[in-house]
Amino acid sequence: MTFRPEHELHKRRFSRNLGLGLTLAAFVALVFALTVVKVQRGDPLQGYDHVVQPQSIPTEEGTP
Amino acid sequence: MSDIGAYQGATPTPYEAGFGDYVQLLKPRVMSLVVFTALVGLLVAPVALHPVEAFAAILFIALGAGASGALNMWWDADIDAVMKRTARRPVPAGKVEAGEALAIGLALSGISVVMLWLATNWVAAALLAFTIFFYAVVYSVWLKRSTPQNIVIGGAAGAFPPMIGWVAATGSVSVEAFLMFALIFMWTPPHFWALALFMKEDYHTAGVPMLTVTHGRKSTRVHILVYTLLLVPVALGAAVTSIGGPLTLAVAVVLNAWFVVGAFRIWRRDEAMAEADKYAVEKAFFRFSLLYLFLHFAAFLVELALKSAGLGGW
Repeated sequence: MTFRPEHELHKRRFSRNLGLGLTLAAFVALVFALTVVKVQRGDPLQGYDHVVQPQSIPTEEGTP
Repeated sequence: MSDIGAYQGATPTPYEAGFGDYVQLLKPRVMSLVVFTALVGLLVAPVALHPVEAFAAILFIALGAGASGALNMWWDADIDAVMKRTARRPVPAGKVEAGEALAIGLALSGISVVMLWLATNWVAAALLAFTIFFYAVVYSVWLKRSTPQNIVIGGAAGAFPPMIGWVAATGSVSVEAFLMFALIFMWTPPHFWALALFMKEDYHTAGVPMLTVTHGRKSTRVHILVYTLLLVPVALGAAVTSIGGPLTLAVAVVLNAWFVVGAFRIWRRDEAMAEADKYAVEKAFFRFSLLYLFLHFAAFLVELALKSAGLGGW
């Protein structure tokens, strides 16, 4: 069995796939880093677990 | 087994674009100017962003500029093909299909605007969206082929990045942001008209109504001088705001004096003189115009560094 030499077209395809893959990976990393920064620097977050939220209790008129 | 190998030599292989061809679609040289001016706008702003937010802001401003470049290449493929300066761009060279350029331009426009909004604020994102619209539609589609004022009005698109950088940090526009915008806006016409003077065949062949084609070359020389004189108060004005200082003012005085002398020399010449020395003065003016803009924005950065050391600023 012989291996055919790689066609120039395959090199271009590989460069495109590699470039796109690295770009997407970098994008995911950036979104993750942004999320971490936003959460750390964000306004105090409201914890909804096991905590009474007075503003969430409906009033008599039925409006929150 | 290679699908191409089996047919190698039998049929011509269609060109498939590599990653670099798509990068070229985003006009990386224009993007480098956008990155630099947007970075200066962001850094000299009185509000400091977190480094990750600042990095994201600059990245997505540059991506937005790249998107508008791709849209421009999609629309202008026919005239790019007949101009020597642009004939090797990916679409006219047959490396990327026009439809692909459109799809990439639209997709990157959406991504860049939404991501800038998420990373910073909606005002900066709205300005970026407007900039992309301005370059791709107002300049490329409406103005470029219809009026010799195309460069003047279209120059606004290239002038927005420092303002967007400033707004990304502060959330609002100020006189400093406006003057950085005005500096690039007023600089663009003399810069491109000098280029049009010595690249005359290109625009003429493509039928783009550059001032040199519609109003003649003498008129273009007058326009270069007038716009250069109008640029001076803008440059000096920026140097006396909160982003300037004694050093910035000194740099602005020297650069503008030099620029005005260059414009004056262009104005005094006629075509016979220009042909005799192969447009040496026009070419020198064009090259200096690049340095002019770079040094102005670099001066703002140096002034910032001096201020943080307790030396610069007013």
